[in-house]
Amino acid sequence: MENIKTALYNLHQKHGAKFVRFAGYQMPIQYSNGIIEEHKNTRENAGIFDVSHMGQLFIKGDDSLAKDLEKIFPAELSNAKLNQSKYSFLMNEEAGIYDDLIITKVEGGFNIVLNAACKNTDFKLLSKLLENKYEMILSEELSLIAIQGPKAVQILEKIINGVSDLKFMNGDTFKNLKENIYITRSGYTGEDGFEISIKNDAAVVFVQKLIDEGASLIGLGARDTLRLEAGLCLYGHDMDINKSPVEANLKWAISKNRILEGGFIGCEKIKSQIEKGVSKIRVGIKPEGRIIAREKTSIFSEGDKNIGEITSGTFGPSVQAPVAMGYVENSFSKIDTKVFLEVRGKKYPAIISNLPFYKKSYVKGASK
Amino acid sequence: MSEVKYSKEHEWIKLDGDTAVIGITQHATEMLGDIVFVELPEIGSSVVKDGNAGVVESTKAASDIYTPVSGEIIENNQSIVDDPAKVNADPENEAWFFKLKITDKSEMDSLMNKDEYEKFSKESGS
Repeated sequence: MENIKTALYNLHQKHGAKFVRFAGYQMPIQYSNGIIEEHKNTRENAGIFDVSHMGQLFIKGDDSLAKDLEKIFPAELSNAKLNQSKYSFLMNEEAGIYDDLIITKVEGGFNIVLNAACKNTDFKLLSKLLENKYEMILSEELSLIAIQGPKAVQILEKIINGVSDLKFMNGDTFKNLKENIYITRSGYTGEDGFEISIKNDAAVVFVQKLIDEGASLIGLGARDTLRLEAGLCLYGHDMDINKSPVEANLKWAISKNRILEGGFIGCEKIKSQIEKGVSKIRVGIKPEGRIIAREKTSIFSEGDKNIGEITSGTFGPSVQAPVAMGYVENSFSKIDTKVFLEVRGKKYPAIISNLPFYKKSYVKGASK
Repeated sequence: MSEVKYSKEHEWIKLDGDTAVIGITQHATEMLGDIVFVELPEIGSSVVKDGNAGVVESTKAASDIYTPVSGEIIENNQSIVDDPAKVNADPENEAWFFKLKITDKSEMDSLMNKDEYEKFSKESGS
């Protein structure tokens, strides 16, 4: 199997990265400071994430493309404003999730950011669903860099004038040196931040500038603890083809108008799940004490009934406690319900908890 | 007090009379990353050479701790249970894991000395 290196590979190495194989890529799991330091750096200062393994798909087209995309995705795309981003799902007829993604209306079409492990199958599936009517480019020339944290805006503003005017879940084209780059205000950490799509050959110089302005590199390890504290799902763990957006507790991301008008893949199932309810649902889970419940840990009720399974769990460095997410039978999903987690053969108490575990500090002006 | 010996599972052991102090090595903590959870064997329990004697968890994953010799647990270090970060800070001194009364001192013979362990840990990589 190939092991792809991103444009930033040598820079990661220079900063003491330990690498892991992730979706066919050599990605930094952590740097010399370690996951907790990196996590805290993002929460208190600004962290830089190389997410170039993610798919950056551009689909060229006009109003008819928006209409055709609405036959696939449960998002309102026909009335999307230029540079507006929407979180959405690629689903099957049973509303099982192939991928979760961000769709942004751009000049001349739509940009879609896809999960690394799903991007090639997504591409094939979308080409088929769109009947090859539109030009689709899954870029190999673009890197994707995220900068996240309370100081992300002031650091990026020093390099790219005007980014501080961006609203949450909105993007725009900016000039970096002489090149165009596309920046959205978004992220995956629960912090304010940006994602920057930039040509591979300009990525190293750009990231070095961010470092020189005081941001530091963050690996996939801290990316995981940050997103988990923020209550955000990781595809392949907290959601997959056997779970629907309603079960994943993400029905906020499905437009009410689109449910009313219908016509997207999985619509009937979503409608019926919203009307009749679901048997299992994603919840936040806080173990008591310090015990860490990882993926696949069984969840039991007070009456010792197996009611579900943890889908991700770790120690939350900002919460200063273990945190987890998982699916439980709907009747046990109420906040503060006491449950038990079976870790190494012993059962430990935990409670169903509100998400996020860590309060967000996104910028105001968020649009739905 | 005898010299410090090391196991292939990256534990260190120091024997003083019949009492052995056991912990994990600096090299082990570097491989594990930030330690956020420690579970230790109960006082009074018996452990068998190379058998399970606790768990450490980093932000990444859980790893079993093995005892390099057999014996009865006589003390465990609650301070690392309360503050697991101590294990990263000072693994080969303050952050010892447990003390046991050794059953068979000859079990020490198969363990590595410092030079041998350093060579071993370099070769086994990270």
